[in-house]
Amino acid sequence: MATVTTSEIINNGLWRNNPALVQVLGLCPTLAVTGTLVNGLVMGLATMVVLLGSNMTVSLLRNQIPHEIRIPIYVILIASFVTNVQLLMNAYVYDLYLILGIFIPLIVTNCIIIGRAEAFAIRHPLPQAALDGLAQGVGFTLVLTVLGALREMIGQGTLLSGADLLFGPQAADWTIHLFQFEQHMLLALLPPGAFFGLGLLIALKNAIDARRQQAAPVPVLETIVEHP
Amino acid sequence: MLTYIYRNAITLGLFAVISAGLVGLVHHWTRDRIQSEKEAALYRMLHQVISPDAHDNDLYQDCRLVIAPESLGTKEPVRVFRARKDGHPVALIIQSIAPDGYNGAIELLVGVEERNRVTGVGVISHQETPGLGDQIEQRKSPWLKQFSGKDLLHAPAEQWKVRKDGGVFDALTGATITPRAVVRAVHETLTYANRHWDKLFNEPANCH
Repeated sequence: MATVTTSEIINNGLWRNNPALVQVLGLCPTLAVTGTLVNGLVMGLATMVVLLGSNMTVSLLRNQIPHEIRIPIYVILIASFVTNVQLLMNAYVYDLYLILGIFIPLIVTNCIIIGRAEAFAIRHPLPQAALDGLAQGVGFTLVLTVLGALREMIGQGTLLSGADLLFGPQAADWTIHLFQFEQHMLLALLPPGAFFGLGLLIALKNAIDARRQQAAPVPVLETIVEHP
Repeated sequence: MLTYIYRNAITLGLFAVISAGLVGLVHHWTRDRIQSEKEAALYRMLHQVISPDAHDNDLYQDCRLVIAPESLGTKEPVRVFRARKDGHPVALIIQSIAPDGYNGAIELLVGVEERNRVTGVGVISHQETPGLGDQIEQRKSPWLKQFSGKDLLHAPAEQWKVRKDGGVFDALTGATITPRAVVRAVHETLTYANRHWDKLFNEPANCH
């Protein structure tokens, strides 16, 4: 397990062991916020930063953490890391904090963070753990963004609404109005819509994988993907 | 065996102490800065609630601390900013709290003019759910605008509710508790301003 190549780590994060589509971790805080593309993107980015930091911390301390009590130690490390990030953002990047602030407490409850600590960071040196945090974070962000875009399109017929919160006032007119509804499509906007959307995305990924396998008739032996 | 347990207990304790210590340190370092950032944001928000042309005094300085847990939602002292033009009372801007949001207290800024009319409402801070309850923020949806111009004469007490409860205010898609809390808090604040109007203007400033 100690030798993983860079491209394997990236491929795992983005596709083969994608945190949202394959590990299906961190659902509770994320399904609720992916009502729009921008919200999904912001939640994904915030998670990525925390994941990067916690993976690096756990990897650095991996020789100091006794095996039996590693889980409570992860919890302590992650909770204090997230709290510190929140305080520092509040103090030094206040405008960004106003946007991200409400998302950050949700990250504490996100099992991806602890999942990656246990499945990867505890067993790998710093550079690989950092890369894993980054790759898993990007993979997560991509899925949340697509899911947010899907729900926003079906739910309110727009794309990129609220982009000005993230990209500044010049982005206020980036919003694309695709359709006009009398009433918003509530099912897509509320959490059940997120489950349907995520289900569709997982099915799509599985279909693509199945087609790829058919295209390559020699079956590739899948190495067992580590699961927390 | 026991020493083994002891060792793990001590390690865990050490991790807890160091992590908590770090959080404490960061909190200590950032406390003043967070406070001043909040003040600056509050000052900017005062002028979203009342137009800068409506008054000619320094709002931030002309401020009175009041304690009214029943009406303003907190046992802590609450700031009331007084807007005056040529020395005459124009509007009160009260920093009140909606204590019963979906996820804790919602800090509001409520502007009141002519004793009974809302000039505008601002949300200073909240922890409502992203995508649902957070639509009370003025930069995320126009929901908050519906309070502007509402008064106690045309909308009596029983209409200061969301539509679902028989009132005149729109709720938010997927969030009921948050709008209820805000509507109730704005109404309480407005009633308080109406009752204590003269007193609130006449007492000396004591915030700074």
